[in-house]
Amino acid sequence: MALNSKIPAGLLEEKWEKYKSTCKLVNPANKRQLEVIVIGTGLAGASAAAALGELGYKVKTFCFQDSPRRAHSIAAQGGINAAKNYQNDGDSTYRLFYDTVKGGDYRAREANVYRLASVSANIIDQCVAQGVPFAREYGGLLSNRSFGGTQVQRTFYAAGQTGQQLLIGAYQALERQVALGNVTQYSRHEMLDVVMIDGKARGVIVRNLVTGELERHFGHAVLLCSGGYGNVFYLSTNAMGSNVTAAWKAHKKGAFFGNPCYTQIHPTCIPVSGDHQSKLTLMSESLRNDGRIWVPKAKGDNRKPNDIPEEERDYYLERRYPAFGNLVPRDVASRAAKERCDAGYGVGASKQAVYLDYAAAVQRYGKIEVSKQGIANADAATITKLGKEVVKEKYGNLFEMYEKITGENPYEVPMRIYPAVHYTMGGLWVDYELQTTIPGLYALGEANFSDHGANRLGASALMQGLADGYFVIPYTMGNYLADDIRTKSIPTDHPAFVEAENAVRDRINQLMNIKGTESVESFHKRLGKIMWDKCGMARNEKGLKEAIAEIQALRKEFWSNVRIPGEVNEYNPELDKANRVADFIELGELMCIDALNRNESCGGHFREEYQTEDGEALRQDDQYMYVAAWEYKGESNFELHKEDLNYEVVHPSARSYK
Amino acid sequence: MEHYTMNLTLKVWKQKNANERGRFETYQVKNVSSEMSFLEMFDVLNEQLIAEGKEPIAFDHDCREGICGMCSMYINGRAHGPWHHTTTCQLHMREYKDGDTIVVEPWRANAFPVIKDLVVDRQSFDRIIQAGGYVSVNTGNAVDANAIPIEKHMADEAFASAACIGCGACVAACPNASAMLFVSAKVSHLSMLPQGSPERKERVMNMVNQMDKEGFGNCTNIGACEAECPKGISLENIARLNREYLGAMFDGGSQNAK
Ligand SMILES: Cc1cc2nc3c(=O)[nH]c(=O)nc-3n(C[C@H](O)[C@H](O)[C@H](O)COP(=O)(O)OP(=O)(O)OC[C@H]3O[C@@H](n4cnc5c(N)ncnc54)[C@H](O)[C@@H]3O)c2cc1C
Ligand code: SF4
Ligand code: FES
Repeated sequence: MALNSKIPAGLLEEKWEKYKSTCKLVNPANKRQLEVIVIGTGLAGASAAAALGELGYKVKTFCFQDSPRRAHSIAAQGGINAAKNYQNDGDSTYRLFYDTVKGGDYRAREANVYRLASVSANIIDQCVAQGVPFAREYGGLLSNRSFGGTQVQRTFYAAGQTGQQLLIGAYQALERQVALGNVTQYSRHEMLDVVMIDGKARGVIVRNLVTGELERHFGHAVLLCSGGYGNVFYLSTNAMGSNVTAAWKAHKKGAFFGNPCYTQIHPTCIPVSGDHQSKLTLMSESLRNDGRIWVPKAKGDNRKPNDIPEEERDYYLERRYPAFGNLVPRDVASRAAKERCDAGYGVGASKQAVYLDYAAAVQRYGKIEVSKQGIANADAATITKLGKEVVKEKYGNLFEMYEKITGENPYEVPMRIYPAVHYTMGGLWVDYELQTTIPGLYALGEANFSDHGANRLGASALMQGLADGYFVIPYTMGNYLADDIRTKSIPTDHPAFVEAENAVRDRINQLMNIKGTESVESFHKRLGKIMWDKCGMARNEKGLKEAIAEIQALRKEFWSNVRIPGEVNEYNPELDKANRVADFIELGELMCIDALNRNESCGGHFREEYQTEDGEALRQDDQYMYVAAWEYKGESNFELHKEDLNYEVVHPSARSYK
Repeated sequence: MEHYTMNLTLKVWKQKNANERGRFETYQVKNVSSEMSFLEMFDVLNEQLIAEGKEPIAFDHDCREGICGMCSMYINGRAHGPWHHTTTCQLHMREYKDGDTIVVEPWRANAFPVIKDLVVDRQSFDRIIQAGGYVSVNTGNAVDANAIPIEKHMADEAFASAACIGCGACVAACPNASAMLFVSAKVSHLSMLPQGSPERKERVMNMVNQMDKEGFGNCTNIGACEAECPKGISLENIARLNREYLGAMFDGGSQNAK
């Protein structure tokens, strides 16, 4: 099957406008007859469901948490990008587009990224209209901060709770549609399969997590907004429930999986403290605005950080990348931290950490405040006090979070941080319309592979999720459903529904009947360790081959020895988890296969065999300038399809932040 | 920080489902590290139970960062446990010492029926939001985000109210199981912003009506909600709700109230 990305013809800047003015439309009366299923209520799902409900479609939403408002998007901290150029610092749609393509190491589709940049400004307008309380300046206008990989200030934020505020905005818009009767919402429901009729996605099988019952739901179209799969590594910054199941089921029904190996390792997370660790906590990238990252210049220096004099500190990002300093993109910052720790300069008990230091920022802000407040001859204590207050206003909740977890006060002692799995650029392959290779099945938000290439810039995931949901899917799905207005709702006693439900039930029974000795958690941890060691921040051919064999063995063991307590027909979180881990194991194998296939380093994918003399990633544009889209062909059997990437506007070059 | 390990006795509420009666069950947990979070301690206990062929304890959680509002344990008589401004998932074991006994219950309120063990049903909160906790603006018809300046302190206050995570600790902490703090936080967030102003009257009427319908108790100004709220939502919000409510009543502005 040849991949058709359906990129509209014409100039880059005109493609989306042209598409919108010429795509097919569904009239209001027909919209009321068309049913749409939305899996997931994070930024992508909630915004899509709200926007489609407003248009008059009959929408059903599903999420596994107890309320749509709890989707993982709620945890996003730092901010959302938009090319508003409110700061008059040279931003534009083109520059946001360019930064994103470059940040993604030239592995994203130009047309998609340009569209994303061009709707970014509308997102901010929409959110403000909904009552999202973004940070403001004294003049009453919106405030911006900078994020990695850019030299302009285009990030909008609400303290360290931007995702929460954006999701609450989308959730409220969604609840309004529920009240108006346009959307029906199902919480504590997990989608376990896509139902296909005549080659099209026509519904889903979901499990009511409270009663354990399986349900069938019909839809003229199905939207997967089910988030990313970082939890394949067990430890990540994702919420505990984040999983790949919805996307993986679709993959097994024929949706290609795009670039599965592209994983983002975030440089600033709280380090692992022991075997009991259940998840890792992000310290927002916004902290790199003001914080300075360093390690001691001497190996194995065991002094307390505050006892190490300035000249004995190595601010290695500032040293290696003077142009961007502490604000290099995430992949670069993570690898640099790993390099220092591997070389023996790490700090803390585990030596797997570097310092993120706010002392200089406190002084700088303190001095500004002193002069703002007109305090003459301020003493050092006053400057420090005022400086801390400014830092608190900007990052207070993050500092508090750090202190709760570590028991250390980051206003006094530098924070210890280390990279952790954070985001997955890979996901279901989609065309320009966000449609997967299954007609009628769409993927939005982190669940698709689309806009970030091999590395996502900070504050761009929130932008993408909301762009997909509010501004793209209402047009592109309409273009598909316009041909479907004569299709009546298909009753769910159709054989395809019966068959899909039976398959789901058989698998659940099979899992329950294993009655082995090892817990689901234990298998998940073992998978995570293989993935982190061999398909993590640095990968090589030998390790990946070993990982594939180990994962295959782990899968066999899982299916013969997993122990799931409790019953099928009750609230049973262990069973929910077993379903998810079984899918993670299969995905893990595909990620390693993809990483092995890609004989180059690009963005978050770093193959040790392909690096420059000073350790920078080395792309192989002549061979790998393509999206790897994998087709499922049966157990451990995947076929590669390539979508060539054509750069018409930006000229790929070696990415340099020096 | 000095780290240490401890052995603990846990008394945990076990309840099969909404219809059956629950009871306390006692567990011994060994070698708990002071570096664990409270929920990681539960993970360890659950792994132990699974290994022994027993049923693990069901509890709600997701982000484990204090922001999703999913975790919900009533620990030694306090919603989210002893730490100020802290959710259950952010409570860490360095709070406890070797030999301690910890009693853990679900949120208790008629409007939050138990689903299993420590898991309760909080969909009543969604229905309160459905009654009016939004701005009626369709996608695509917004003006430029900087068209309406908003005074910084108003924006900051609206944000402080909007920081509510919808966890329900306020209800669990309140002897009357009132949801006033939650409802007032949303009413405040939206009424303080120009975008939320046009609908403020029917919003407050409809949300309060829905809260009553769901079976939450009355607010008698005890203040336990504020004390236990992990996000520092203040009683000021309740005062503001009362003003908004009275204003709406006397103004006849409730024509659109349902
Ligand atoms: C700690 C943290 C901080 C971040 N900070 C930022 C930031 O500052 N800026 C930024 O741009 N990005 C940030 N990100 C990334 C960003 O938050 C996510 O990429 C984005 O929110 C994903 O949104 P989503 O709508 O695609 O999915 P999610 O928000 O993950 O939502 C997934 C939804 O799918 C549902 N679901 C999943 N599987 C199923 C199933 N089988 N059945 C039914 N429902 C299902 C879930 O219930 C949920 O509702 C951050 C990420 C993390 C982890
Ligand atoms: S007001 Fe506080 S306690 Fe109540 S739901 Fe909101 S965050 Fe939780
Ligand atoms: S688990 Fe999300 S707030 Fe505790």
